[in-house]
Amino acid sequence: MSGGIRDRVSIVGVGCSQFGENWHQGPEDMIVEAAFEAYEDAGIGEPQKQIDAVVCGAVYPSRGTAEVAESLKLFDRPVSLVQNYCATGTDAFRYGVSLVAAGMHDTVLVVGFDKPKDRGVSGPSIHMNTARGLPMTPAGWFSLCCARYFETFGAGREDLAKIAVKNHHNGTLAPKSMLKREISVDDVMRARMISWPFTLYDCAAQSDGAAAAVITRTDLAHNYRDDAVKVKGVSIALSPNPQTDPTFDFLAWKPTLAAARDVYAQAGVSEPAKQVHVAQVHDCFTMTELLTYEDLGFVEKGSAKEHIAAGTFALDGELPVNTDGGLKTFGHPTGATGVRMIYENVLQLQGRAGERQVKGATTALSHNLGGTPQTCGIAILGMD
Amino acid sequence: MSEQRAGIVAAGCYIPATRLPLALVQGGQAGEGSEGGPEKAVAGFDEDSITMAVAACINCLGARERSAVDGLYFASTTSPFREKQGASFIAKALDLRDDVATIDFGGTLRAGAGALLAAANAVRANPGQLILVVAADSRLAAPRSALEMNVGDAAAAFLVGAGEVMAVFEHTYCVSNEIYDVWRGQDDAYVRTWEDRFNVLHGYNENIRAVLDGFLENSGTAVSDYQRVALYGPDARSLAGAARAAGISAPVLQDSLFGRVGNSGAAFTPLLLAAALEDAREGERVLAVFYGDGAEALSLHMVSDGAVPERGLHWHLGRGRPLHAYDSYLQSRHLDAREHDRRAGEGVPATVHYRERDADISFLAQRCTQCGTVHFPACRVCYGCYTKDSFESERLSDLGGRVMSFTLDYFFPSPEPPLVAGVCEVDNGARVYLQMAEADADELRCDLPVEFVFRKIHDAGKRPNYFWKSRPLRQLSDTGASA
Repeated sequence: MSGGIRDRVSIVGVGCSQFGENWHQGPEDMIVEAAFEAYEDAGIGEPQKQIDAVVCGAVYPSRGTAEVAESLKLFDRPVSLVQNYCATGTDAFRYGVSLVAAGMHDTVLVVGFDKPKDRGVSGPSIHMNTARGLPMTPAGWFSLCCARYFETFGAGREDLAKIAVKNHHNGTLAPKSMLKREISVDDVMRARMISWPFTLYDCAAQSDGAAAAVITRTDLAHNYRDDAVKVKGVSIALSPNPQTDPTFDFLAWKPTLAAARDVYAQAGVSEPAKQVHVAQVHDCFTMTELLTYEDLGFVEKGSAKEHIAAGTFALDGELPVNTDGGLKTFGHPTGATGVRMIYENVLQLQGRAGERQVKGATTALSHNLGGTPQTCGIAILGMD
Repeated sequence: MSEQRAGIVAAGCYIPATRLPLALVQGGQAGEGSEGGPEKAVAGFDEDSITMAVAACINCLGARERSAVDGLYFASTTSPFREKQGASFIAKALDLRDDVATIDFGGTLRAGAGALLAAANAVRANPGQLILVVAADSRLAAPRSALEMNVGDAAAAFLVGAGEVMAVFEHTYCVSNEIYDVWRGQDDAYVRTWEDRFNVLHGYNENIRAVLDGFLENSGTAVSDYQRVALYGPDARSLAGAARAAGISAPVLQDSLFGRVGNSGAAFTPLLLAAALEDAREGERVLAVFYGDGAEALSLHMVSDGAVPERGLHWHLGRGRPLHAYDSYLQSRHLDAREHDRRAGEGVPATVHYRERDADISFLAQRCTQCGTVHFPACRVCYGCYTKDSFESERLSDLGGRVMSFTLDYFFPSPEPPLVAGVCEVDNGARVYLQMAEADADELRCDLPVEFVFRKIHDAGKRPNYFWKSRPLRQLSDTGASA
C-alpha cells in the first residue's frame, strides 16, 4: 500500500502539442511546443532557473534523456527517462510527483512524448524474433478478452462501436486532436477487420505528440497561479501477463483493479461513480474502455453495455469519459498519452475545456493500460 | 543357433488435413467437381516433414512412456536442413531422453527401408532397445506440372523392438541402381524427372522386378505366401502394372491411396505398411517394397493381431479440409512470387532457441511442488506461492485443454489470414497462448476442447521456427475412426 501524496503536490502549468502524423516535426518541435505552453500556463519566464528537475516519458526515444534536455536546453540538473509500456506518461508523472513530495526538488517538469511515425509503418512493428507468443500485435492482445466477455455478459460489437462513435464526437471538439470526424456505428461495423472483433475504427491510431506538466509543492503553488490543481493520488501496478497467468478470468484486467485499489485509498475515494466527475481512460481499443468502466468501479461488472446505451459516459452523461476524444482521436504517442490526459483533466477542473467542458467537475481521473496488458497507471486530480 | 528377434511393436501414421483437389491443379475452379473428386494430401502452411514426423510418432507411441525410447531414426528427402539433424528436432519435440540415438536417413525415396533395417539390426544387436523409426516427406513438384498430380505429403512411424512385437522382421533383399529418373540437386526446389516412359521402364519396372525376384529366391518364398503387400509406385498406373506383372492383386495389394494422399515419397511404402499392420491378423505375412535408386523388399511375420491406433489411417483419410483455390496452395508453400518474402528478417536468435527449447519444442510446463500451480513457460518464482526454484516439469503435448478466449488476427502476417490465436487452459491447469491450427471461424467459442500439435510458426531467418498450436478436438468424433 502506498503512503500516498494527497494534496502535497500541485500542477501549476500544462501544455500539449498538436497530435497527428507530424511529418514536418521532429521530437524537438513537439517537446518545445508542449513545454513552452506549460511554462506560459505556469507563468514561468525563466525555466533555466525555475525548473529544478525533468522527468521524461517515452517509449521510442532515439536519444534518451538528451532528446528533452537538448530540445529545452535544460542542463546541469537531473533529467531522467521513465518507460512503462503504455502507462509511460502516467509513470513519468508519478516519478515527478514523488520527487516533489519527497522534498528532493521544488519544481519539476514532466514531459511525455513519442514519435512513432518515423518508423515508416502505419501500425505497430512486427518482429519475428520469437516462435512462442505470436501473433504479437496489440489488437490481438487486447481483443483476447472480448470472446469470453461477450459470451458471459451478452455484449457485442455494436456496444464497442458506440464507444468509438462517442469518442470521435468528442474529438471534434478538442483543438489538438488528430481525427476530427463524426462516425456512425455502421462505419465501425463495416470497416476492415483488424483483430476480431476489432475493426479499424475500434483501434486507436498511432500518432506523434508531446505533452507537459509543471508540478510544484502545494505550498509554493500560489507563486504560479491561483487555481492550481492538486494531485490526490497516483499509482502504478504491474500484474501477471494474461497469456501466462494461471488464474486470469478474461473478464477484468488485474492491473486496473490493483492500481485503482491503491489510488482510491490515496485519494479517499470510496464511491468512484459518485466521487469521480470526469475521466480520461485508456481506449487503445474500444474494449479497453468498456472493461475499464467496470474495472475502475464506475459501473457494476457486466453492466457496461446498458450504460453505453444510456449515454452514461457521453459528454452530457453522468460520468463523461474521454472528453477530448481519447486515444481514438488523439492517436497514441505512447509516452505522451498519460500526460495528455492530465492536460485535459487540468483544463476540465479549471473550467477551460471549451465546448467539451464538463460542468462542476472537481475530481478527475486519468488511466493508462499497457503491455499485453500488464501495467496500469492512474492519476486522480482535484480542486478543493 | 537362433538369430535374435526384432520386430515392430507399434505403428502410426499422419496425413495432413489439407487436401488439394486435383481438378484445381489442372486449372479448374472450386466447385467444378473438385469436391469429392480425386485429391492429394498437402502439408499445411505450418507443416513440414519435421512436424508431420512428430505427429506420426505421437500416434505410434500412444500412451507409451517416452523415456523408454532409445533411438529415433528419421527418413526423409525433405528435411528442412542441409546441415543439421531432423531426428534430434523430432526427439526433442517428443520429449525423448537426452541420450537417445538419433540418425537421419535421406537422399533417396527408399530411405525408410534403410531406417527400418538399421533399427532392426540395432535391436538384434541389443535386444533391450526400442527404436522409433519415422519416415516423412513433403516434396514439391513444379506448379501445374504432371508430377504435381501425383506427389502428396504424409508420414508413418514404427516402434521397433524385441519384446511384445506384433510383427517380426523376416527377410530382406535390395538392389542398387544408378539412374537419373527422379532427383533433386542442391539448388532444385522441385522434383526433377527424366522422360516418363524411360523412368518407368528402366527405373521402376526393372528394379521392382529385380528386387522381387531376388527376394523370393533368397527367402525361398512365393508371392502367394504374403497376405498383404505394400508396394511403392510413382503413379497409380505404373503401380498397377508392376503389381500385375508380379501377380499381386487386391485385396493382397494395399490400397496405394492415389487420389486421396498421393505419392508421399520416402513415406509412401511406410504409410502403406502402417496401414497393412492395422488390419493384419496373427500368422499373416506382410511384404513391403521400397523404391528409389534401386529397390528394397522386406517381410514381416505377424505374431499377433495388428492394431488400429487411436488415430489410424481411416481417421486421417476422413478428416480432409479441401482447399478452394489453387492460389492458396501456392501461397502456403511460398510458391507465390507476388507474396512478400517473410523468410528474410532476423528470426529467432540461436541462443534464444537453445534456452527456450524445453518450452518451445518439448512443450514442457512446470508444476510447483509446494502449491501445485502450473506455469508455462517455466519460470523461477511461483505465481501461486512465490517459492523459488521448486518445480517439476510436466509435458503438455499429450494433454488436452479448452479455449479460454480467442481472437482472429487479420493484421499479423500469415499465409492464411486471419490467424486464429487464443489462450488455452491445459487439463493440468497451465495457461498457454497459442495459435490455432485447422480451425474454422464459425466453430470458435470459449471452452472449445482442443488438443496440441507441433507446427512450423514461420521461416524468419530463413530457417523453420517451430512451436505448438492448439487444434479443435472435434475432428476426432466427426470422422468414422474405426478404433
